[in-house]
Formats: sequence, structure tokens, C-alpha cells
Amino acid sequence: MNDHAHESHDHHHEESFVRKYLFSLDHKMIGKQFLIFGLVMFMVGGGLALLFRWQLAWPDKPLPIIGVSKEYMEEGEVTTAADRKWEERFDDDKETWIEVNMPSGVIDPAFYNSLFTMHATIMVFFVVVPLLVGAFGNFLIPLMIGTRDMAFPVLNMLSFWFNMLGGIIMMAGFFVPGGHAAAGWTGYAPLSSVPELSGVDWGQNLWCISLIVMGISSLMGSINYITTIINMRAPGMTWFRLPLAIWALFIVAILLLLAFPVVASALALILFDRMAGTSFFLAEGGGDSLLWQHLFWFFAHPEVYILILPGMGMASEMLPVFARKPIFGYKSMVFAMIAIAFLSWIVWGHHMFQSGMNPALGAAFMTTTMLIAVPSAIKTFNWLGTLHRASIRFTVPMLNTLAFVSMFVIGGLSGIYMANSPVDIYIHDTYYIVAHIHYVVFGGSVFAIFGGIFYWFPKMFGRHMNATLGKIHFWISFLAFNGVFFPMHILGVGGHMRRIANPMQYEFLQHMQWINVFITVCAFILGVAQFLLLFNVFWSIFRGKVAEQNPWQATTLEWYAPTPVPHGNFGAIPQVYHGPYEYSVPGADKDWTPQTEPNGESPHGEPIPAGATAD
Amino acid sequence: MDELEHTSYESVEEENRPISNARLAVLVLLGAEIMFFAGLIGTFLVFRFGSVTWPPPSQADVRLPIGVTGLNTIVLLLSGYTMFQGLRAIRQDRQKELKNWLFATGLLGVIFLVVQGSEWVRLVHHGFTLSSGVYGSVFYVLIGCHALHVLVAVLWLLAVFARAIAGRFSVDHYVGVEVCAIYWAFVVVLWPLLYILVYLI
Ligand code: HEM
Ligand SMILES: [Cu+2]
Repeated sequence: MNDHAHESHDHHHEESFVRKYLFSLDHKMIGKQFLIFGLVMFMVGGGLALLFRWQLAWPDKPLPIIGVSKEYMEEGEVTTAADRKWEERFDDDKETWIEVNMPSGVIDPAFYNSLFTMHATIMVFFVVVPLLVGAFGNFLIPLMIGTRDMAFPVLNMLSFWFNMLGGIIMMAGFFVPGGHAAAGWTGYAPLSSVPELSGVDWGQNLWCISLIVMGISSLMGSINYITTIINMRAPGMTWFRLPLAIWALFIVAILLLLAFPVVASALALILFDRMAGTSFFLAEGGGDSLLWQHLFWFFAHPEVYILILPGMGMASEMLPVFARKPIFGYKSMVFAMIAIAFLSWIVWGHHMFQSGMNPALGAAFMTTTMLIAVPSAIKTFNWLGTLHRASIRFTVPMLNTLAFVSMFVIGGLSGIYMANSPVDIYIHDTYYIVAHIHYVVFGGSVFAIFGGIFYWFPKMFGRHMNATLGKIHFWISFLAFNGVFFPMHILGVGGHMRRIANPMQYEFLQHMQWINVFITVCAFILGVAQFLLLFNVFWSIFRGKVAEQNPWQATTLEWYAPTPVPHGNFGAIPQVYHGPYEYSVPGADKDWTPQTEPNGESPHGEPIPAGATAD
Repeated sequence: MDELEHTSYESVEEENRPISNARLAVLVLLGAEIMFFAGLIGTFLVFRFGSVTWPPPSQADVRLPIGVTGLNTIVLLLSGYTMFQGLRAIRQDRQKELKNWLFATGLLGVIFLVVQGSEWVRLVHHGFTLSSGVYGSVFYVLIGCHALHVLVAVLWLLAVFARAIAGRFSVDHYVGVEVCAIYWAFVVVLWPLLYILVYLI
């Protein structure tokens, strides 16, 4: 597989469209493919959320535009074009997809279950992982460690196309009889393992198959990442000179490698239960439904750290650049990430406090969960330390990164409440949990993604994104995000269960309904604002301001590569002299010292042999 | 900086690697495989030690073929030995021996699969199937997953064998044999563990 890299480096042949854009072997193109894939799925997942947010705010009211009018609802009087469409539909004997799922434009409760299930599934597996690990992982790893491509380019390409296949299978589930999977993204058995219980047939099967395919894609990706980072670093790029983003991606690759096979085996067991008559999760045949929860959360807690660690790494790249200061406590950052990775294997039971598990076990899981807050806090303090007395440049990536840090703190704090099993009795399965996960995953990971897209865009596409539009997008997103998710803490403490289609059916929730309305209004603003991002990305690919080689005056190796980055990345492989965060070094002629420049020397001075300088 | 220009692609990428990319990748792959089986073995252990009696009362009359499978275990272990001999042969550039050892290994692997298959047929005839409660479920899925891995290893070996016949391996080029041997070792070493867990205790 190395042969390809040699060959294409030696003679720069013109590549066909298919080779260049579809079945590309170049890590940069594969990264961009993941980026586009993730952004498109982001809009899909967001659209599903808006559908069920409508239902939560105005239960059983027809949707705007596609639903029937009020007059039609009450008197059968046709007033809008949608009314006429629905009347034609009702005349027809054949039931259309939209009529089954949204009769008269009102979301059917069964469809509501599919909606929130698929929203979470898509956001976790088809948005955040493809963007953070697929897009940034692919684009950044070879560039930041100073090599020409991944160790196995063909495997890399396959990883994207398996990801695509998984996406297609998952989307196909919406259109099979019985509807899509509806057992939640956690797929709790026996709801997910016995078709009769949820009424979902092939939808759940496809959900399992798609996730297994995604597992294969991740497996190929992580084999590549691990091999590349271990074996192909530029000369002088020792482990403790690696940028933190690379450390994060390395650790995440290991977590993905080890976590996904576990859930793959569990998903296979679900498929056997559904299709081959086994009884793994069915008490009747001697099975155990709690077993699924153990297997799932054993995977899914590392998975939630897979969702955040690359964001942490990317934030650790952007903060020093825009604070013009070295990252505070580089090594403690690395060790904190390693500690998080280790601890994430032994905390899964905190999702199961209410499952009927032995309370003594619960206490053990409570302790380990509290422990994991320690390395998380170390990272936070280090970020704050980096900002302390810095002359901050408030660029768009920096704004997003600051949002990442502050929102992650809120999410981490709510996590600590939930980690107390006595407190969790009260807030488990309420909107408090929903608030927590969105503060960490949206407020954390997604804002890091926003920042990362802005930050690396000049290197990816050779052009800048529009900063004004970026700022507008940031502020609307940031405010609307808090408008959506902060009130959910209050709903949760008020006892509002998650995963219910109609809160108005519960008398004790009715007085809080205005909060649901407020949340939905903010959610629509948040959703619409994302078109600004999408527009900014696609417009800037073609029309953005042309970028110079190192627009942010950063030190890491990707900025040493020419812009646009050629096939093979570097003219000559760079020699690395020191760590990645040498900003405002006293005595240096400028306030950043690229990793390729010997410390404190002029760029043309005698190169200091690798290892002679301190880390 | 000009000093650096001579650092060529090759010298950076190939030299000073304690382990080649291909070997490393297979070892990493084994990490995933181990976790996959850890999920299944964990499932087995939950049922095995969560049950008061094992096999469960409804399956009390099922007798797993301990003797035949024990012999079969020896067959598989033997194939591990022949694989190792094959690897040693090519390391000393004995190409012909490599072919013979690979052939023997593949043959033993196939024998293992055939015996497993015929035992399964017998069990199914006795009415012990996938849907025979959790005992049947966990037996067929766990043992079946291992058999599937042996099958994959045999196919992989076939590819290596074809390349060996074509004379593609030599004393300084035998990574292809080695990565296959690593994978083979995994399916061989895993088996006694499964045999002890599922058949003996
Ligand atoms: C200080 C660190 C954290 C602590 C102490 C913590 C604790 C918890 C606990 C105890 C729960 C279960 C609550 C329940 O269901 O009753 C939970 C749920 C969850 N956490 Fe965290 N968490 C932390 C960080 C994170 C991070 C960084 C992420 C993701 C990036 C995350 C994602 C989630 C998700 C997705 C759920 C909900 C799963 C579900 O039931 O659907 N958490 N967390
Ligand atoms: Cu967790």
C-alpha cells in the first residue's frame, strides 16, 4: 500500500474525477468527504429534532407548511394548499409514507419514538464521530505529525465508504414497513430485541446492521490512525512534542478500537434474538435484558468520551494560538486524557443506577464516576490557565473554543449531580439528562467542531471562511443553544420525563408547558442559524478570501505545509525541534516559533540535533 | 533549513521503525478481535455463573461432544505448530518447506472446521438448536463466531499459500506470511479457552 504513495509522489499524474473526489486515497480528500458527510447528516439530525420539538411545544397540532390548517382540523374546510394535498391523500386508498407517520401533518406517537431515536443515533454516530474523528482525524494526523499520508490509504478510503454504506442503511430504515427503530439510541432490550414489543420490524434490524457497518468503518479508521501515529512521525517528533489534538485522536482511536467490537457483539446478539429465535435478552428462554445494558454502556461510556476527547484536543490547539501563550501544563493535559481513557472503562454503571442493579455496585460506580471528574477538571483548569493574562484574539475559532470550554464546564457540573446515585434517583430519565448530554456534546463537541472548521478551513480549501458571517452564526448559535438547553435543567428537576410524546397528558407537567414552547422557539432559531454555517462553508470553498500559508501564525506542522496542500503534503519532510506551543518565547524575533525552527535561533541558524532541546 | 532538504521520504518512513506497519496493524486488529470475543465470553459468563444449574433444567439432557472436540482441539493446536514451522522456514529462506508447512496448516484448519460442522449437525439432530433457550443460544453463537474466524483464517492462509507457490516470499520479504501467522495464532490460542469454558466447566 505504500507503493501508491511512492508512485504518486514521484510523477504527479493528473487524476480522474472519480479517483480524485470519490475513491480518493488522499487523506485530505477523505477528510473532506467526512466533513461534507457529517455536515449533511448534521442538518438531517437537526431536522428530526425540530420535528419532535414542534410536537413537544404544541402537542398534536399539525406541523407548519405540511400539516392541515386549523379550519380543516375543526370543520373540514379547505383553506390552504396543504389541506387540498391532504384531502387528495385521504381519497387515495394507498397509504403514503407521510400519512402513516404524520396523519394530517400531526406527528404520530410511534413516529415520535423513531424521531428521537434516530435524532440521537444520527448525531452520535453519523455527525460527531465522522466530523471529529473522520474529518479532523484524517485531515490533521498526517499533516500534524509530518508525514505524507496515512499508513494504509486504501483502508482509509474503505473506512469512508463503509461509513457511507452505514449511513445509507440507517436512512433506509425510515422507509421500511413498521417504521424506523424506536427503542432509543440506547436500544434497550427487550424493547429492541422483540419485534412485537415495539411494533418495529426491519427498522430495528437495519439500525443494528448499520451500526455494525459503522463499527467496521471505525475499526479500519483506528487501525490506520494508530499505526500512522506510532510509526510515521517526522524526525524529531517525539511523543511529547505531539500536538494535543494528535494525542486526543490517538487515544480516541484506541477507545474506538476496543469499545466498538463490544457493542458489535451485543448488536449481533440482538439480531440473533430478533431473527434466529435465540433468547439472549428474553427472560422466557433464560436470557437477561439487563445484559444488554451492561454491554451497551460498557461501550457507550467510552463512546461519549470518544465524542469529547477530539474536541478537547482541538480546543487545546486553538486556545494557545489565539491566546498567544503556550498551553498551560502540556504533560498534565496528556496524562489527564490518558486517565480519562482508562477511567471511562469502569464507570458505565452510572447509567444503570435505576436498573435494579445491586446498590453496592452502584456505590462503586458512583466513586469511579466522581474520579473521572478529576482529570476533566484538570483539563479545564489548564485551559483557564492558558487564558490567564493572555492577550486574546477574539477570532471566530476562538469564540467557538471559549464556548466549548464554558459549556463543557456546565455539562461536567451537571454530570457530577447525576453521578450521585441518590440524586440520580430523582433526575434519572428526565430532561435533566437531556440538558447534560447536550451541554457536553453540543456545547462541547459541536462548538469545537465549529471552531475547528473555521480554524483549519484555510488549510483544507486554501481560502478563508467569512468572519462576519462566522460571528453572526456563532452568537446566534451560542445564545439559542443556551435558550434551548438551559431550561431543560429546570424541566428535569420539575420531573419532566424524557422520551414522551405529549407532556400535556400529565397534569403535573402542564404548568411548565410554556418552557417547552420557549425551548422550541429557540430550537428553530438554532436550526435556521446552521444554514449560515452551511452557506459559509460552501460559499467559501469557491469564493472565500484566498489564504496564505500560516494565517493564524501557528506553530504546528500543518501550517508549515504549503497552501493548498499538495499531494504528499510536504516538499521535504520537516525536522521537528521542539514542542507545539512555543508562543511568545522571550527573545524570539516573532511571537510564535514553528516546530520546524530551532528554539531561540534564527530560522537559518545551525539546526540543533533532535533531542538536544528540551521538550 | 537547507540542511533538512535531504531528509527524503524513504528515510523518514521506513527506517527506525521497531515494527513494520503491517505487523502493527494486525496486532491492533487483534485488540479489536479480543474485545469482540470479550463481549461474547462476558455474555457466556453471565449466563453460566448466573444460573443455579448449568445446563439449565430445560436443557439438562444435552451432552456436548467433549471427547471429539478435545481431539479437535489438539488438531487446531497442531496447526499452530505447523504455522510456526512455516514461518521459521521462510525466515531461513527454505521456500519449499514453507509451502509444505502452509499446506499442512491449512489442512488441519479444514479438518477442524469439518469436525466442528459434523458435531453441530449431530447436535441439531438431537434437537439442540439456536432456539433451545439461552444454553443453545450462547453455545452456537460463541462457538460459531470462533468457527467463522477459523474460516476467515483458512481463506487468508489460502491466499498466502497461493503467493508462496508463486514464489513471492523470501528471507527478506515474508511480512505476508507473518501477519497471517499472527492472526492464525489468535484463533488457535483462543480456542482452548473457549473449549474449557463452554465444554468442560
Ligand atoms: C464530569 C464528567 C461527567 C460525568 C460525571 C457524567 C455523568 C453522567 C451520568 C451519571 C449520566 C447518567 C445519568 C442518568 O441517566 O441518570 C450521564 C449521562 C450521559 N452523559 Fe455524562 N458525564 C460526564 C461527562 C460527559 C461527557 C464528556 C459526555 C459526552 C461528550 C457525556 C455524555 C453523556 C450522555 C450522552 C448521557 C446520556 C445517555 C443516555 O441515557 O441517553 N457525559 N453522564
Ligand atoms: Cu457515562
